[in-house]
Amino acid sequence: MTPFAELLDRLSYLSGRNDKLRLIAEYFAATPDPDRGWALAALTGELDFKAAKPAMIRELIAARSDPVLFQWSYDYVGDLAETVSLLWPAAPGANRAPELGEVVTRLQEARRGEVPKLVETWLDSLDANARWALLKLITGGLRVGVSARLAKTALARFGDKDVSEIEELWHGLDAPYEALFAWLEGRAEPPEIDDRLTFRPLMLATPLEDAERDGLDVAAYLAEWKWDGIRVQLVARDGEARLYSRSGDDIGRAFPDLLERIDFDAVLDGELLVARDGRIAPFNDLQQRLGRKTVDAKTLEAYPAHIRAYDILFDAGEDLRGLTLEQRRKRLEKLLSKPRHRIDLSELLPFGSLDDLAALRESARENSIEGLMLKRRDSLYVAGRPKGPWYKWKRDALTLDTVLMYAQRGHGKRSSFYSDYTFGAWRDGEDGRPELVPVGKAYFGFTDAELKRLDKWVRDHTVERFGPVRAVSAGLVLEVAFDAVQTSTRHKSGLAMRFPRIHRIRWDKPAEEADRVETLAAMVET
Amino acid sequence: MTAPHPRTWIRTTAKGLYCEPGDFYVDPHRPVERAVVTHGHADHAHPGNGEVLATRETLAIMGSRYGDKASRGQQALSYGESINIKGVEVSLAPAGHVLGSAQAVLTWRGSRVVVSGDYKRRRDPTCAPFEPVPCDVFITEATFGLPVFRHPDDAAEIGKLLKSLSLFPERSHVVGVYALGKAQRVIRLLREAGYDRPIFIHGALRELCDLYEALGVPLGPLVPATAAEKDRLRGELVLAPPSALSAAWARRLSDPVSAMASGWMRVRARARQRGVELPLIISDHADWDELTRTLDDVAAPEVWVTHGSEEALVHHATQRGFRAQALHLVGRGEEEQE
Repeated sequence: MTPFAELLDRLSYLSGRNDKLRLIAEYFAATPDPDRGWALAALTGELDFKAAKPAMIRELIAARSDPVLFQWSYDYVGDLAETVSLLWPAAPGANRAPELGEVVTRLQEARRGEVPKLVETWLDSLDANARWALLKLITGGLRVGVSARLAKTALARFGDKDVSEIEELWHGLDAPYEALFAWLEGRAEPPEIDDRLTFRPLMLATPLEDAERDGLDVAAYLAEWKWDGIRVQLVARDGEARLYSRSGDDIGRAFPDLLERIDFDAVLDGELLVARDGRIAPFNDLQQRLGRKTVDAKTLEAYPAHIRAYDILFDAGEDLRGLTLEQRRKRLEKLLSKPRHRIDLSELLPFGSLDDLAALRESARENSIEGLMLKRRDSLYVAGRPKGPWYKWKRDALTLDTVLMYAQRGHGKRSSFYSDYTFGAWRDGEDGRPELVPVGKAYFGFTDAELKRLDKWVRDHTVERFGPVRAVSAGLVLEVAFDAVQTSTRHKSGLAMRFPRIHRIRWDKPAEEADRVETLAAMVET
Repeated sequence: MTAPHPRTWIRTTAKGLYCEPGDFYVDPHRPVERAVVTHGHADHAHPGNGEVLATRETLAIMGSRYGDKASRGQQALSYGESINIKGVEVSLAPAGHVLGSAQAVLTWRGSRVVVSGDYKRRRDPTCAPFEPVPCDVFITEATFGLPVFRHPDDAAEIGKLLKSLSLFPERSHVVGVYALGKAQRVIRLLREAGYDRPIFIHGALRELCDLYEALGVPLGPLVPATAAEKDRLRGELVLAPPSALSAAWARRLSDPVSAMASGWMRVRARARQRGVELPLIISDHADWDELTRTLDDVAAPEVWVTHGSEEALVHHATQRGFRAQALHLVGRGEEEQE
């Protein structure tokens, strides 16, 4: 348990992606089976212990601490697992500390009534940091800033493989992944998996740069809209169906409306959207369906899910990834020539020249469209992000002149710089005088030299400090670019920008001449 | 004749803790005619007093920090030695906090008060260990007066730092340390762990490190970080005051891992607020277990609790059968002095 606890502790503070990868890979190299496999399962969110609830942990600590001191401590620390891990009294003569694998397997096998005693014994035998890790592990949600994808990337690095090879296998494997580790260490062949319903790694597009655009052989490409939803993979086989997010997470349980009436065998690549009577709703509506484990009837009715398919990877068990896009497209069209429940085809856009494409892209102003996708007719379906076969050509960003309001220190290489900026637009305050209201936050879009100058400006114009955040006087105009703006009840301005970034720093422009909130509100599209 | 209760002859005033019959203050935070100073941290040792009584080391630290402005006159007192000030017997006992730190032991007409200043109970290779002194009233700090503060073994914390150095050999590791006490203790702990490479130090640490060496605490090779080339700092250890970690100064380092040696690092939210990537829980203050154990060791019937989480320690002491109260001293326990 201790090496795993040390890993989590260190990960929870490190901010650099490469640092985290190195730390995790190092852990895999230094830790034997099955512990490293269980750690991998924990980091990728594959473990779920139903019997260990916060209420049980509260009861355990209540039996061994003064209630007044517990409450003051909890108020101070602000996190139950951490408070308990720090308060837990040392138990002289405790048992030896358990290994991670022991904790996982015994918890999985234990009956509900046995769990408190088990946890108690372990807490007695561990130090404060390991107690924290144990409590985080069993109550779910490690929250150490590691995504499943990052953990798999570290695994790939450890085994000197490509992460797509791991993704290809991943959904056919179970913890503690001993066969997988054996392969990664070169001791065995790749594990054999039951791949009927597994996730297949996706092919991704690169942005179309200006330089590439002018020399583009447009005749070699097909064009479609770039839908503003989320990328999904639908896997259907023998009457069973699964829905995976772009990272390979199984999100099917929250989308019974999509999966309940699948009547084909195929793996489809497409965009998850909310659609009412064939009309695509803004991304905001889709957001009501995301991030949920399950879904209620009311939400299902109000936000009907839909898949707009643009590629097919498997057709009735046949792997099509080695075919060209045109060939795959024919197979997809054939499959969808029969009406399918809540699945339709992403239509091809007719065009003759680059100018036609540019005009199409400019005409796309509905919220459900982000721009164009250009895909080579002869492109094979290759996992990852190869440069050239697939381009995304987003429509021009919207921009707004805003005023810098707050700056926050960054992380890692930027840890001594104020590099995260909250900016606002003007509106009339209650007293009739103009006031700034925050409209967004951005932390990229500037060069290192500009960052230095911004940092100095923040330090010279600070009016108040709150921990790592500084409030600055209204004196610097930031021209912000963003893809769209939507109404939002979560923001003070009532508006939320999609994908905001700093476009230009207007050192020259007086703050009073920055834009008003009303200007931003007028950019909301429905 | 029964001895007078301490509250009849020692009290808090706007200038600090005042001993009436002796007409002197302990750790006054405004200039006074006569002061006893427990140790050199700025929230205890203020400049501009008339006569200051303290250990030789504390006087030297004040001299190094304040120069001519330290005080008009100084009187050094060794641990265990005593002096009579207008009928009040004053002696100093080791507090184990930083070099020269002392508890002020005040005895008047058979009644004794111990003003412990700041203290800790665990071993510190840079100063003498705390000695419990029996008394009628024990005045204790409570910087870490909550049971969540239980500092781990400091050698293990140093181990974390050395392990990180080997894991990230291309990054410099900058450790935030308070200039007096923490810096020198961390250096000594590193030396004890076998780290014998030169340690780079921020200019603000130089004088006190020199002074520690002059007072008999060897620190090994120290190099000014200010003059070093960025490339030379790759994979090296750099010590700096906490304020420098977030300042422009930190940019001269090579992709630094920012560490911080402080008891506050025990609580994750506190460490995160400071943007620390490698928290090291090393404190010069007693943790909860040390505080409560000290009450038992000193066994004074009455306890006055100053700066920190007074309420929690008073609550605990009362439950253990001590008479306990919070003593509100102005200007004490600023976090930067930890």
